[in-house]
Amino acid sequence: MYTNSLVALLSHWWRKPLQLAMLLLGLSLATAIWSAVQAINDEARASYARAAAMVGQDRLPSLFAADGTYINQAVYVSLRRSGWSVSPVLEGTKRYGDVRLRIIGIDPLTLPAEARQVDVVAGGGGSLREFIAQPGLFYVSAETASALMDEQTPPLRIVKSVPPGVAITDIGQAQVLLGAPGKLSRMILSPQQPLVQVPLAAAAPGLVRKEPPAESAMSRLTDSFHLNLTAFGFLAFAVGLFIVHSAVGLAFEQRRSMFRTLRALGLPSRSLVLLLALELLTFAVVAGCVGVAMGYLVAAMLLPDVATSLRGLYGAELEGTLSLRPSVWGAGLIIAILGTFASGLQGLWQAARMPLLAPARPRAWALASEQQILVQAIVATLLLVMAGGLLMFGTGLIAGFALLATLLLSGALVLPLLLMLALKAGTWVSRGAVLQWFWSDTRQQLPGLSLALMALLLALAANIGVGSMVSSFRLTFLGWLDQRLASELYVAGRNTAEAETMHDWLVPRSDAVLPIWNTEGEVMGQPVLIYGIVDHATYRAKWPMLEAMPNVWDEVAAGKALLANEQLARRNHLKLGDSVRLPGGHALPVAGIFSDYGNPKGQVIIANDLLVRFYPEASRLRYAVRVAPAKAADLADALRSALNLPEEAVIDQASIKATSLKIFERTFAVTAALNVLTLGVAALAMLASFVTLSGMRVAQLAPLWAMGLTRPHIAGLELLRSLALAAVTVLAAIPLGLGLAWVLLAVVNVEAFGWRLPLYIFPFEWLKLGLLALLVAGLSVLLPAIRLMRLAPADLLRIFADER
Amino acid sequence: MLLAVSNVTKSYATGEGKLQVLKGVSFSLEAGGSLALTGESGSGKSTLLHLVAGLDSPDAGEIVIEGKNIVGLGDAQLAALRRQSVGLVFQQYNLIPSLDVAANLAFHSRLAGRDDADLRAMLTERLGLTGLLDRYPEQLSGGQQQRVAIGRTLAARPKLILADEPTGNLDEATGDSVLGLMLQLVAKTGAALLMVTHSERLAARLGSRIHLRAGQLV
Amino acid sequence: MNAKACLFYLCLAGPAMAQGFAGLGSDSGGFALPQEGTVLNFPQDHGPHPQFRIEWWYVTANLHGADGQSYGAQWTLFRAALSPGEGEGWQSPQAWMGHAALTSKDSHHVAERLARGGIGQAGVTFTPFVAFIDDWKMASKSAPGADEIADLEVSAAGTDFAYDLTLSAKGPIVLHGQSGYSVKSPEGQASHYYSQPAYKVSGQITLPGGPVAVTGQAWLDREWSSQPLSANQSGWDWFSLHFDDGTKLMGYRLRDSGAGFSVATWIAGDGRAEPQAPGALRVTPLETARVADHDIPVRWRIELPGKGINVTTKALNPNAWMNTQVPYWEGPVTIEGSHQGEGYVEMTGYQ
Repeated sequence: MYTNSLVALLSHWWRKPLQLAMLLLGLSLATAIWSAVQAINDEARASYARAAAMVGQDRLPSLFAADGTYINQAVYVSLRRSGWSVSPVLEGTKRYGDVRLRIIGIDPLTLPAEARQVDVVAGGGGSLREFIAQPGLFYVSAETASALMDEQTPPLRIVKSVPPGVAITDIGQAQVLLGAPGKLSRMILSPQQPLVQVPLAAAAPGLVRKEPPAESAMSRLTDSFHLNLTAFGFLAFAVGLFIVHSAVGLAFEQRRSMFRTLRALGLPSRSLVLLLALELLTFAVVAGCVGVAMGYLVAAMLLPDVATSLRGLYGAELEGTLSLRPSVWGAGLIIAILGTFASGLQGLWQAARMPLLAPARPRAWALASEQQILVQAIVATLLLVMAGGLLMFGTGLIAGFALLATLLLSGALVLPLLLMLALKAGTWVSRGAVLQWFWSDTRQQLPGLSLALMALLLALAANIGVGSMVSSFRLTFLGWLDQRLASELYVAGRNTAEAETMHDWLVPRSDAVLPIWNTEGEVMGQPVLIYGIVDHATYRAKWPMLEAMPNVWDEVAAGKALLANEQLARRNHLKLGDSVRLPGGHALPVAGIFSDYGNPKGQVIIANDLLVRFYPEASRLRYAVRVAPAKAADLADALRSALNLPEEAVIDQASIKATSLKIFERTFAVTAALNVLTLGVAALAMLASFVTLSGMRVAQLAPLWAMGLTRPHIAGLELLRSLALAAVTVLAAIPLGLGLAWVLLAVVNVEAFGWRLPLYIFPFEWLKLGLLALLVAGLSVLLPAIRLMRLAPADLLRIFADER
Repeated sequence: MLLAVSNVTKSYATGEGKLQVLKGVSFSLEAGGSLALTGESGSGKSTLLHLVAGLDSPDAGEIVIEGKNIVGLGDAQLAALRRQSVGLVFQQYNLIPSLDVAANLAFHSRLAGRDDADLRAMLTERLGLTGLLDRYPEQLSGGQQQRVAIGRTLAARPKLILADEPTGNLDEATGDSVLGLMLQLVAKTGAALLMVTHSERLAARLGSRIHLRAGQLV
Repeated sequence: MNAKACLFYLCLAGPAMAQGFAGLGSDSGGFALPQEGTVLNFPQDHGPHPQFRIEWWYVTANLHGADGQSYGAQWTLFRAALSPGEGEGWQSPQAWMGHAALTSKDSHHVAERLARGGIGQAGVTFTPFVAFIDDWKMASKSAPGADEIADLEVSAAGTDFAYDLTLSAKGPIVLHGQSGYSVKSPEGQASHYYSQPAYKVSGQITLPGGPVAVTGQAWLDREWSSQPLSANQSGWDWFSLHFDDGTKLMGYRLRDSGAGFSVATWIAGDGRAEPQAPGALRVTPLETARVADHDIPVRWRIELPGKGINVTTKALNPNAWMNTQVPYWEGPVTIEGSHQGEGYVEMTGYQ
């Protein structure tokens, strides 16, 4: 009985392969994009974790030389012999051809387990003897290995756990390669320390202990980027589910009479539902697998761009290659199954409750009443009220996301009403029988199309919203870079003495050498960087001030006031004139608030004299150099060669900006790709709806043909209909997208990162998007329209035939 | 002659080969005249009606309407013919579901560009549709829908009215009165009525009568 | 004890050496091999032998606290060479591993240290004698000219324990086997092996509960080799026993698929050593306990008929599990039967 019934149920799909294709394609596309985004995010997070975990710096405190220089190895031995469980690390960069390799030298025997990237001792592809003895080993990522292929390095061992651009080697090798025999950069403190120890100050004076950061700065910084990706992934998935919902709903509707027959022939209702669920499960698994595979391809395609963006934006190293994480792919499959059932639940429910003897009403699904549209509109209004409430009373990131969700859902739900009103208006203003029929008939198609149109609306709104956010971010960020990077060169010494030498060398050769000295301390309960600056036209003219007192620079220069960055101000609700207590009890009023993007921490700026007086231990390593822009490059080269400085000691402003710009373009490449994919899914949703509806349309269109409309005329009207619907949807998407962008910029960003970005609008982008949507709508109805045009009279006549 | 059909043949390809539906049918109908077309199920009545309406083309033969042979006309010309000269009353009514009764009644006449509000008002009254103008087809009974379909055709004042069992869903009294209305209008406007029917009684009320059997007139 | 060091060596050397014990046995890899007839030479032989693959300085002490409780202390420094000889700084192929443990009736504290040779973090010198790794050390307190290991100060600390003990030898150094050439298998694997079994101990131990003054007796083992075990040997049981009559017994059994290979040295009250013929010692497990997922014998019958010894040993704390990188069981025992006394037992290779 079951096999027979199942075959009967499945025969439907056999006869409607296009519908089946739509269902599977929709589901697999949705799963694909969702899994791709998850995979990318997961890969990125794993990369950050690896980078952050590099020799334990995310978890274990380290000892550094107080003067910022190397530690002598003898200090290490004497600490060990005083009972301190520390492990030596030497880090530095070395150039191999085009590769700037960060070399990390470790001692595998003393390295705490928490800091172990490669298990040299227990094997891990090598052995202790090979690791220690000449020529040693480099543990590198696959990516680094291929970059280093032709270089004269020690033998390479590829391990997954090392971030790109880094080589882990024995400390002895590192000392030789980095030209620092007997020197260490730092010592990792093991979490297990013996019961008996000589006090640190006595055992090894001149060391400072630095705690690991409370959270990974990298993941914090890149969160906004991943937020975008996640939002897109989720949206695409939701849009995909619209397709599934409409395809499944239609298939259930079309098979009503079959269900009834099966029931009449003795198949229990429960078994019918079971069989239908089995059918859905099969589709979900098949499409889920395909989707996961496609997602892998999409992710692999996008990942290099993502990696470039993240590297440039945040200095986050990300492998350009994707690993198959079972968790992500398994989750993709599960999501596909859940999504399918969520979309099919209504159908299953109806099949379960269907009365045995009700007349077949194949058009009932398409003829959903206006009442339902009104109910949806009421729900939409309630959601909007809820969104308002969230906006006014909600706090935190969760509230921000809830706001986004309610806003989007409300927009989607109110769309059918808007479309209906627009069509009614069309009916009122149009004369002529054909036009009147056109509007009223379109109105009647609405329930069948509204899901697809909602999907289109969501895709468009997301495109507008995220697009506006990214573009606003870009504009703001570039403008801010211009202001913030006002000086031509930025130099940093490795220790105070070197920085001083640089300063002294630069002073006679440049217009100004401005100190960027800083210290870290707790302000208002948070770790905050405190910078000291000297009074200079550079700041007065260019500093990216959001709010300031009229005489702000005089006040700051006189040591009577301070500047706070936006993050600090927002978190503590600081206003101009509020007093801020600095570490050590010094209190100053806020004279200005400046924007500070890409930095999650609070920042305070005071006069440099004040910094030196309050915090004599402040680091004095960095300077900004003003010089005629044309001479900047030469000066940088001269400085490097005069003082024998590494490349990174001197950075020129132009190259930072150029790099930033390039990165932004790459970032947009990813965003654009996701935009296209999401729109593609929405297009598919429309195509699915039109194709499935077109089968039922013939009966409605045949009388028109009989009354003297030509088939091309009717097909043209069908095309026009989809364009009109898409046009209204585009118009509705613009305010919704702007709302979305505003929430992202003014709510989510503030909650997540502590800064608020101004919203810029890009009408030309909307126009492009609108045209694209019309194109999509036109294309999606093209196939049904062509089919209609080519329909043989015999097929139309069948509508009128007796036998029908 | 308003309509002259001569030697029309038509066959359809079926699973078992070619099925000859019409085997050389000839007849004519004058303006103001009415003709009943009777025959068994499957004798080719509907096919003949569809050919005359320009919905389909014969394999051979001529169909001349108002002196013009419509065989071989293009899609657009046939559409114009259906819009301007021919009015079809379908057995299944084929009203437009998205339009209310008033709009359905006016639809064909507006397509033809000769909407006459007075005529429509008269038809509405005579067909007993007065209280139903703002209803939608799905809210009507079969008989009501059939009357709307007839009204739609009559309102367009076509030269040639083609009707397929137009009163099949009406009770005898209503059917008689509706047929009377149709005949009255045909006579008054100089149009012609070709009506497919099973009913001997109705056929007898028309001017003349032809009978189809297995694709041939007998 | 050889196999433990062998495992230690394997652990450090990685999979390249993991083909098995047979590989070690046949291939000395350029390392020196113990030679029969070698005359041990002190104080030089108290120091390291970097041409040999493995070596250790191994102290076990049975202690009695002022609080009336019994304790055991272990201090071990292993040397393992990745290749023979010495090297400069970090290039040294010598790796060092320290194990320290403190055992009471109901607690067992373990610490482990690893260090590279060549940089001064760990090593052994023979004049003056100092063996150290990090802050742990075993240093000579002997008068100039006296035996360097006759008087020692031994200290170590873990995260939850520490001890500082003074050891004073009451007898001579004991050479095992043939003048310190100790055979480990019928195939001829061997090591150089001597002991100082007769230390009196005093000092202080520190437990989570606080410091305790202790006295007792200790045993130092010194052994070096390059080819530790035979292919079919799966583990061993080693015993160092102090009898109340002043005599002592060192014995071990290397287990294989058959009866095993047992060796013993009986030490008279005056310190005279009488190495016993292989197989003369019989050891029989009487009771096992489940310790850290291993079935460990915690009571043994020890029989050396030639010396009238028929005793049973009982672990002070059955949970004396060394959860070090290479795990094993090592702990103090009490002795009953034909003789009374106390000692230390080490067991490896139990599943």
